[in-house]
Amino acid sequence: MKTVNEMKLSFPGKSCNEAFARSAVAAFVMNLDPTVSELSDLKTAVSEAVTNCIVHGYRRQSGTVFLNGKIDENGKVTLRIRDKGCGIADVAQAMQPLFTTAADEERAGLGFAVMQSFCDRVRVTSAPGKGTTVTLEKQIGGDD
Amino acid sequence: MIETEYQNNVLTAYIRGEIDHDSAAKIRSRVDGMAQELKPHTLRLDFGGVSFMDSSGVGLVMGRYRQMKLLGGALQVTNYSDNIYRIFAMSGLEGLGVLR
Ligand SMILES: Nc1ncnc2c1ncn2[C@@H]1O[C@H](COP(=O)(O)OP(=O)(O)O)[C@@H](O)[C@H]1O
Ligand SMILES: [Mg+2]
Repeated sequence: MKTVNEMKLSFPGKSCNEAFARSAVAAFVMNLDPTVSELSDLKTAVSEAVTNCIVHGYRRQSGTVFLNGKIDENGKVTLRIRDKGCGIADVAQAMQPLFTTAADEERAGLGFAVMQSFCDRVRVTSAPGKGTTVTLEKQIGGDD
Repeated sequence: MIETEYQNNVLTAYIRGEIDHDSAAKIRSRVDGMAQELKPHTLRLDFGGVSFMDSSGVGLVMGRYRQMKLLGGALQVTNYSDNIYRIFAMSGLEGLGVLR
């Protein structure tokens, strides 16, 4: 499918950038004229992915979060959120609802479950010591 | 970000704006500080002014539930939107009986 728009952002893994990432994505998709609920779903999913980079990926180090976006001619939005942090040894386990390695910090273990329920497709690739990439896909509007 | 009201042993925290990992930490320390000082029999979290919430909001509610148990009180969560409820519903929070 032909790409009609693209963006690339990178920012330090600081928690104030969670709100920045959501707003940037909202602005990026705005000319697709998303519904309130499509926009809210996308912002929530991005918030989860970016928070994970900051809270888990860069738990023991500081680092940069990379956020790439693409819109294709049918209105499908693809967002890729990447960190170069600690990585995930067992991705299938990490994606189980309620699984968390940070319960003492009041994490609910629902980040991946929220991404999956609010997007059409979620892909996760990760390597311990190298980092994690999450790719979110969501169709905005009817696909025509 | 939050306004509080204390009346008849009920501490109500009106949360405003966005709840994410960043703001949840600030809300938590405000609310816990007041709850520890006042030891209310009920802590009510009012979500009426919340425009955005991710799963950090579930952690915030679960954590306050535990905190109120320790203090010998109860938690109530009120005025949440449908969008917020969708996330609460994924968490098993309903089983705690705190959602109003
Ligand atoms: N970017 C990441 N880097 C390292 N570990 C991660 C990353 N994202 C998720 N994880 C792991 O997957 C678990 C589940 O993530 P999630 O579903 O978002 O729940 P939570 O963030 O509440 O723990 C995390 O507790 C963590 O162990
Ligand atoms: Mg998470």
